[in-house]
Amino acid sequence: MLERYLTGASTYAQSIDHLFILIAVLVGFWLIVAETILFWLIFKFQHTEGRPTQHITGDEEHLKRWIAIPHYLVILCDIVIIVAAITVWFNIKQSMPPADQTVRVFGQQWAWSFQQPGPDGILDTADDIRTVGELHVSVNTTYHFELRSRDVVHSFAVPAFRLKQDAMPGRTINGWFRPNRVGTYDIQCTQICGMGHALMAGRVIVETQQEHAAWLKSVSNPTMAVRQDLPAPAAESSTIAEVRP
Amino acid sequence: MNTRPIANTRSVTGIPSARLITWWVIASEIVIFGGLLVIYVMHRLGHPEWQASAAHTNTWAGGFNTFVLLTSSLCAVLAHKAADAQDGPRAAKLLRLTSLGGAVFLIVKAFEWSRDIQEGFVLSSGGFWSFYYTLAGLHGLHVLAGMVILLLVAADAAKNQELQRVECIGLYWHFVDIVWIFLFPLLYIAK
Amino acid sequence: MSAQVHHAEPGIFQKYFWSTDHKIIAMQYLFTGMAMGLVGGYLAYVFRMQLAFPDRYVPGFGIVTPGKYNSLVTMHGSIMIFWVAMPVLIAAFGNFLIPLMIGCDDMAFPRINRLSYQIFLLSALVLISSFLVKGGAFGGAWTAYPPLSAVGAYNLTPLGATLWLVAVALEFVAFLLGGINFTVTLMNSRAPGMKMFDIPIVVWMIVLASVIFMASVGPLIAGAVLLLFDQTLSTGFYDPSRGGDPLLWQHLFWFFGHPEVYVVLLPAMGIVAEILAVFARKKLFGYKTILYTAWATGILSFVVWAHHQFVAGIDPRMANIFSVTTLLISIPIAEMVFLYIATLYGGSIHLDTPMLWALGFIAEFMIGGVTGIFLGSAGTDIYLHDTYFVIAHFHYTFVPIAIISVFGGLTFWYPKMFGRMLNETLGKIHFWGTVIAFNVIFIPLFMTGVAGDQRRVYSYAQFAEQARPALQHLRMTSTFALLALLSFQLLFLFNFFWSLRNGKRAEANPWRSNTLEWTVASPPPHGNFAELPTVYRGPYEYGLPGRTDDYWPQNVPE
Repeated sequence: MLERYLTGASTYAQSIDHLFILIAVLVGFWLIVAETILFWLIFKFQHTEGRPTQHITGDEEHLKRWIAIPHYLVILCDIVIIVAAITVWFNIKQSMPPADQTVRVFGQQWAWSFQQPGPDGILDTADDIRTVGELHVSVNTTYHFELRSRDVVHSFAVPAFRLKQDAMPGRTINGWFRPNRVGTYDIQCTQICGMGHALMAGRVIVETQQEHAAWLKSVSNPTMAVRQDLPAPAAESSTIAEVRP
Repeated sequence: MNTRPIANTRSVTGIPSARLITWWVIASEIVIFGGLLVIYVMHRLGHPEWQASAAHTNTWAGGFNTFVLLTSSLCAVLAHKAADAQDGPRAAKLLRLTSLGGAVFLIVKAFEWSRDIQEGFVLSSGGFWSFYYTLAGLHGLHVLAGMVILLLVAADAAKNQELQRVECIGLYWHFVDIVWIFLFPLLYIAK
Repeated sequence: MSAQVHHAEPGIFQKYFWSTDHKIIAMQYLFTGMAMGLVGGYLAYVFRMQLAFPDRYVPGFGIVTPGKYNSLVTMHGSIMIFWVAMPVLIAAFGNFLIPLMIGCDDMAFPRINRLSYQIFLLSALVLISSFLVKGGAFGGAWTAYPPLSAVGAYNLTPLGATLWLVAVALEFVAFLLGGINFTVTLMNSRAPGMKMFDIPIVVWMIVLASVIFMASVGPLIAGAVLLLFDQTLSTGFYDPSRGGDPLLWQHLFWFFGHPEVYVVLLPAMGIVAEILAVFARKKLFGYKTILYTAWATGILSFVVWAHHQFVAGIDPRMANIFSVTTLLISIPIAEMVFLYIATLYGGSIHLDTPMLWALGFIAEFMIGGVTGIFLGSAGTDIYLHDTYFVIAHFHYTFVPIAIISVFGGLTFWYPKMFGRMLNETLGKIHFWGTVIAFNVIFIPLFMTGVAGDQRRVYSYAQFAEQARPALQHLRMTSTFALLALLSFQLLFLFNFFWSLRNGKRAEANPWRSNTLEWTVASPPPHGNFAELPTVYRGPYEYGLPGRTDDYWPQNVPE
């Protein structure tokens, strides 16, 4: 159902979408039943001349059953939903499949910036790629992200991945994603962070392996890769080389 | 409207309404102070280095103040006994003594804090000191409010009026005392 | 026993501004709440116009800049919850009804009652003043997460932020004081013969709400003091670079914030219960069960708060626990709703305006309830958190609570409060216009939320996936429906004020109800009861077989 509203582009997007549908079916059923009964009773027991009301206290066992049985069925539905929800949550937030790549995500007022390993494949070395507003990733590759904020609480969200994680100043929060569809997708900040909250748009560009390798080559500085004697830049360098292809 | 409504004179539960509302006020305050104390304790546990700051609090001043508050609570208890015996003037005298105890507490605190501030420990010194001044300051405000109410109740009691309020303000004062009993070890002894 | 208290006729000031009479204090809260409701509605008009016609001049406001947009939504949320829902549902109805329904002449402590309103009024004035200061009203959302809310350089509304915080703190104090009277008066001042289970449900609910409020607000008051110090005295309670923790505020806020929604829900359900019984001419189905589920809900409401923080950076294992408790709490509420629906069975339903509102409450609130399941389940919340799906969900709960049940209560008790009848035709048109428009506002917002529209975003121009025409059409539909909704409220305002002077004079008991407020004149005199009543039975003895009347007032011996 969510697919119709927004493309899913990561491996766990589908599991969240399926959970959504499961809940929609179960609660939708109860909603329709309850509303139907409500309206039916309103019409059936309209004030009619000569028909007195029935004196029902609510202690009558045969009537209480009409409440008790739906009550237990609702509990049953809740349990089904809980099990499904915990399974989905566990896979996304509590487990981290082994990473093919790690990227660092920085939120600040008001932009997203990223730090990815360069051709040497290691983060925090001289050849790291730093970008602002754009994150290039390769399809069918598992990424770990390390999320940080430089000032207030932000939230890193990629709706197409069904990914969302608040960025808390003072800590690094880890998560993962595995894109499975090529394309360009929005990054949103989903925690109000001041005047520029709606301007903190970004883009995730999911490329094929070949395209990604080509991009990597085109943005890497060949001289930096050679100079092994230079110290690695600090993780929070204040001078970010803007690399916009 | 000076007359008391019937609503105020009824007592379906058997407990006087004045005492019920005193407990409600105390319950609200327990949640507030309790919340603040839990926050402080959790921070303190997570920051062992605060020990260095905590070492600078004046335990003698804190200890003396504890003694002062306890003594003033004793006066409040005696005031309640006097009120029960319908001896308004005596209750008033004891309530005023209680209030005096509060005044001594605040004066000692004023000297204590002057010295702390001179040594450079202020609210914005961060960590331990922020909590120290917030906790003790909030408590101090409640001591001040209590002192004022004690005097107001004493004024009525001296004329043998509204004697049921003596017990109520006494209850509030005991609560203020108990909060200090928690604060003293947490701020002065846990070093 | 006569309750006539003889004193000199008061002047205008004494009577309307310095009164300790619970009915006058109720009116003070009601009119202040209604006025703030107009402000809150205007704010919604402005920001929805911006969303429908981005960056265009909004008539009656001007251009909505990103900063102003944040202030608009912040103040809309804060006002509607703290200065409309709470004063009207709890303080206005509570003050008016409780002494009357339990058969006494006033609250137990009238002067404290008066003080509570005065502090409340002060809080409203402080809040309004924040619109006028440099930088404008606070723009950090009603949730006020630090560091944004703690540091002026981040939120760019430093004065507004502090005024907002002070206003909220004053409002809390006002309701703590008010709760004193509700609780103690119910416990102690009941008419002879009124046992615990003879108390009308609405009175129970308002008192229960006051208790839940008192038990949950303390830690937040503590946290608010810390935030105030961070804002004004350079402390660093929420500053990670100085050993503080922004997440602490979130826990304190939501530990209060979640019980708060039940603080407003319970009185609303109480009002609906009273109306259902009277207009179905039927005993409430399972009075005791309704009470027990209300208590259970109140207690459970204290262990669900972190469902607002699933993706906030809390330990992921905690999320599972809170998913479980959140889904569990849906059960007592569902039970209560089932019991209300069951009350209709075997009844004799009169679809007068109050009953339309009560039934509308049930129909709409159920939608709010079931959509909450999507959010309580941590897995789906990953996607839906902070989207318009959340907004639609909580409006499907809050609008029934703060608007639908309130109109039900007002149309029901208007004759008692003002001694006149409202116009039925206008009332019914107002009902249908409001309810239909309400649905047309928020159903599109479920859809845009699922499509990825985030909250607190003044324009979607920057987001390729959100800047689609199909979504913009949905946003515009929602805005037009809001314009319709606001227009229909003019009908209500006209009806309300016109009927004060020109409505048909109301008798004591126009609805043939059992509860004690209907045994005195409309409106009740000062002191309420010429002769204080004694109570002989519960409040819902309708339709007893073998009796000539289909109702049996509580104070009638046989």
